Amino acid sequence: MTAFPWLSLLTSLPLLGALVLLALGGLGKMFVRCSALAFSLAALAITIFLWFHFDSVSGGLQFQERLGWIPSLGVDYRVAVDGLGLLMLLLTSIVVPIAILASCRIQERVPLYYSLVLILQTCLYGAFTALNFFHWFIFWELSLIPAFFLIRLWGGPRRVSAATQFLVYTMVGSVAMLLSFLAIFLATHKFDFIDLAAMAHNGQLMPAVIDKLDWRRFTPDHLALIVFSGAFLGFAVKVPLFPFHTWLPSAYSEAPTGTTILLTGAMSKMGVYGFLRILLPIFGTQMQEVLTPLLWLAVATIVFSAYAALAQKDLKRIFAYSSINHLGYCLLAIFAVVKFTGADASLTAQKYAAMNGVLLQMFNHGLTAATLFWFVAMLEKRSGGLRGLDDFGGLRKVAPVFTGLIGIALFSSLGLPGLNGFIGEFLIFKGSFPLVTWATSLAVIGLLTTAIFILGILQRVFSGPLNHRWVSFPDISVGERMALAPVIALMFALGLYPQMVLGVVNSTVIQLVQQIKF
Amino acid sequence: MLAWTIYLSFLGAAAMLLLPKGSAVSARILALVTAVVGFAITLIYFLQHRTGEMLTIVRVPWIPTLGIEYHLAADGISLTLILLTGIIAIAGILFSWNIEERAKEFFAFYLLLIGAVYGVFLSYDLFLLFVFYEIVIIPKYFLIAIWGSTRREYGAMKLALYSFVGSAMVLIGLIAAYVVAGAKTTSLSQLAQFPFSSHFQLWAFPLVFVGFAILAGMWPMHTWAPTGHVAAPTAASMLLAGVVMKLGAYGCLRVAMVLFPLGMGPWGFHVLGLGSWRDVFALLAVIGIIYGALVALVQKDFKFVIGYSSISHMGFILLGLMTLNQIGISGAVLQMFSHGILAGLLFAVVGRMVYARTHTRDLATLNAMNLYKVIPFAAVTFVIAGMASMGLPGFSGFVAELMILIGVWRAYPLLALCVGFGIIVGVVYIWRALQKAFFIGTGILPAPPDPPLPPITLAERIGAVILIASSVLVGLYPQMLLNIVVPALNSPLFDGLRKGSWQ
Repeated sequence: MTAFPWLSLLTSLPLLGALVLLALGGLGKMFVRCSALAFSLAALAITIFLWFHFDSVSGGLQFQERLGWIPSLGVDYRVAVDGLGLLMLLLTSIVVPIAILASCRIQERVPLYYSLVLILQTCLYGAFTALNFFHWFIFWELSLIPAFFLIRLWGGPRRVSAATQFLVYTMVGSVAMLLSFLAIFLATHKFDFIDLAAMAHNGQLMPAVIDKLDWRRFTPDHLALIVFSGAFLGFAVKVPLFPFHTWLPSAYSEAPTGTTILLTGAMSKMGVYGFLRILLPIFGTQMQEVLTPLLWLAVATIVFSAYAALAQKDLKRIFAYSSINHLGYCLLAIFAVVKFTGADASLTAQKYAAMNGVLLQMFNHGLTAATLFWFVAMLEKRSGGLRGLDDFGGLRKVAPVFTGLIGIALFSSLGLPGLNGFIGEFLIFKGSFPLVTWATSLAVIGLLTTAIFILGILQRVFSGPLNHRWVSFPDISVGERMALAPVIALMFALGLYPQMVLGVVNSTVIQLVQQIKF
Repeated sequence: MLAWTIYLSFLGAAAMLLLPKGSAVSARILALVTAVVGFAITLIYFLQHRTGEMLTIVRVPWIPTLGIEYHLAADGISLTLILLTGIIAIAGILFSWNIEERAKEFFAFYLLLIGAVYGVFLSYDLFLLFVFYEIVIIPKYFLIAIWGSTRREYGAMKLALYSFVGSAMVLIGLIAAYVVAGAKTTSLSQLAQFPFSSHFQLWAFPLVFVGFAILAGMWPMHTWAPTGHVAAPTAASMLLAGVVMKLGAYGCLRVAMVLFPLGMGPWGFHVLGLGSWRDVFALLAVIGIIYGALVALVQKDFKFVIGYSSISHMGFILLGLMTLNQIGISGAVLQMFSHGILAGLLFAVVGRMVYARTHTRDLATLNAMNLYKVIPFAAVTFVIAGMASMGLPGFSGFVAELMILIGVWRAYPLLALCVGFGIIVGVVYIWRALQKAFFIGTGILPAPPDPPLPPITLAERIGAVILIASSVLVGLYPQMLLNIVVPALNSPLFDGLRKGSWQ
């Protein structure tokens, strides 16, 4: 659209902020916190500007920038966003200020902490806008480093093993993915996602790969599956999908809460985004071939994580497992969409519904999970770091407003109609049910279990007799109310008028679904 | 003009001996000026000739009766490595700023080594190349034996003996080629065009290749490298890992593969699934990658971790060469540059920033010091160097390994999977060393060391910044070097290789 490089500006702004914070870190903690917030709000402003200048009717790639970079490797500097990318940018821009506000308990090495947060933001923007594997992979991998150090340096007592586990798991996935893409590059001499998707759409991609690799011990189908599984592993670890999720609970619970907000609110979306932007268009055929196992994995993710959440005593671990559960729905719908490739009109409508649900769910989960962890941060601030399910009790009596607001967030996470969580899950279930009935039915168990543990939190922490330790538990302050108000308002707004998001992403969703015809 | 890089370094070494006794400062400054001017010459040449084709600099008869010429020339591959040498030379001097003991001799040997390395990279006459290659061994021995640390005599002697064995193998191969060709020339480009019989190449190739590959740290002839690196003073380890190991890899490509391309052809029979020398060396390279990484994973001595990581990274270079396709070999040349920079940086952190201050390299002892708080600059530098070394995108190592992996996918898909495993182990050993060396485990914070460690000096900061900047620059814009490396590989010199088994 415009010739102005908005996306490059957006991506480099937090990085600039990080450098400023490192250079001027001596000016005091308050200055650092405020300027970090200022940079993240400036990024939010740019994103909102882009949101309103996005042509939602066409829904195609917009704000495109394209420059030659490494011609001999087929690498271009190519950034653009469609509805999906734009939604992720908006989510990132909303989540980062929340993370910054929720990090006020950090007292050590403050400039470094906030610059790592801003560097992570740059990596997220980069990963959500890049359209070339090489370019995208830089941000995908680099995002690990700030996240690793945020956990490693400011985390809880078992931060060392949590951070290492997080890094190694994700690295294994990334290396597998890298190998797959190198195999594809070898065959096609292309790294561009859009070009590769077009080749896959025409059915040229895998024959070319098989032809070029010429690895006679395997049949062509198996070879294609091997290449697919490498790329799949990379994203499955990130989302995460059962059984590749074991790094997540310890990483989320050991990370400082502000970081957890970033991890769950924005970074976990990189995985789902990868499924939508990369796996679905490029490896659609292979996904269809192994659909049944994939669906089982999605169901296992949804159900097991819900039960695991039920068994936890630590609020952060509960919400960590609940994150796995919520993203499991996204994967269920993505897999459901691949099942039929025909042009049956009724099925197509279901696919659109499911896919719209996925996008909404990504956004809603990011918003809700970030808010829930924000409340955990406030709770920790008041309790001096306690966050066990049994450490509290009866807080409703001393902190009614706090209880009311966290109640809204909890019910949104539970999927209460009228709040943002409902509409995404509803669309996912509505769309997936006719496509993969058995899997969707099993996934309902996850919904029910979620309701149990969410209500359990409300009951054990906020209702019941007041724990005498917390007689002077301060209710929510005016400043916190002001900060929370826009987020809570957004939850209601999305719940009551989801068209706000759907209107922008719908054309993109249609294009995404139509691309899966092979 | 490029030839002046050699002459200047030798002149600098000679001038060093004329300096008054005991003036370490003037020795440092003289060394630094020599290195900077040498690098500036290279840089000007690089900016002027961006083509990568071979350009002769000097060509005069030297021993006409034997057909030996004094022939210096540069193509894109030489130029890349000369740039590397220039950068490492400057950084090495900056990281040796603290040498007080016999500083004059130290820098004289140092410049002699640098000059000889320039010579190897610029020689287009095999005899001349061999002369420079031998000169390298002498300063390298003395640098370790006099200024080294842990078991320095042992390390220096082992290094010298391995180098001599390698040189002997190379020499036999080269003399055989000279005699068989019978053309009374030692010119690389003329001999490369001589159609040696396939039978001859099949034994000459492994001889010369292994002779050079010993210096490149090929498993199982690598054992000189860790002990040598550990024994050497910081600047010498930087040169050893950064430049001298590249001499071996450069020789493999420039001499062994160019002269005897058919030597990599099939034997006509299979042993354990291996059907040619190419298969054998590719397998050894992958074993080196994985073995080096696994051994680095269990080291207790910080410097040994880096020493073994060099073995692992050099394996990538040899593997890239054995892919015999353009992308793999260009990747190998990029990796030579990248590993040179990064190994230099890693050794600088370990040897200068940490060891020279704490006087220990034991990871368990370092762990108790919480160095992250004490010398944060060293910690940050090591984090960045480690990220680059494990092949994180955005740094030079990633592009190089990416290109090598693409080449390997084409040539040996199964080995590509093994290399993937090696990369993951690489991530783990770097993070293990990082955590152990700089970040204290959970527990009580120790008291700050008494007396306090000296702060990081300006010279160290500049050196670290130069090396990091080079890696990032190449990582973000690899086209800069590819523009000169790729045309070099397409030049007539590599005709035999391209026609032979090029894919």
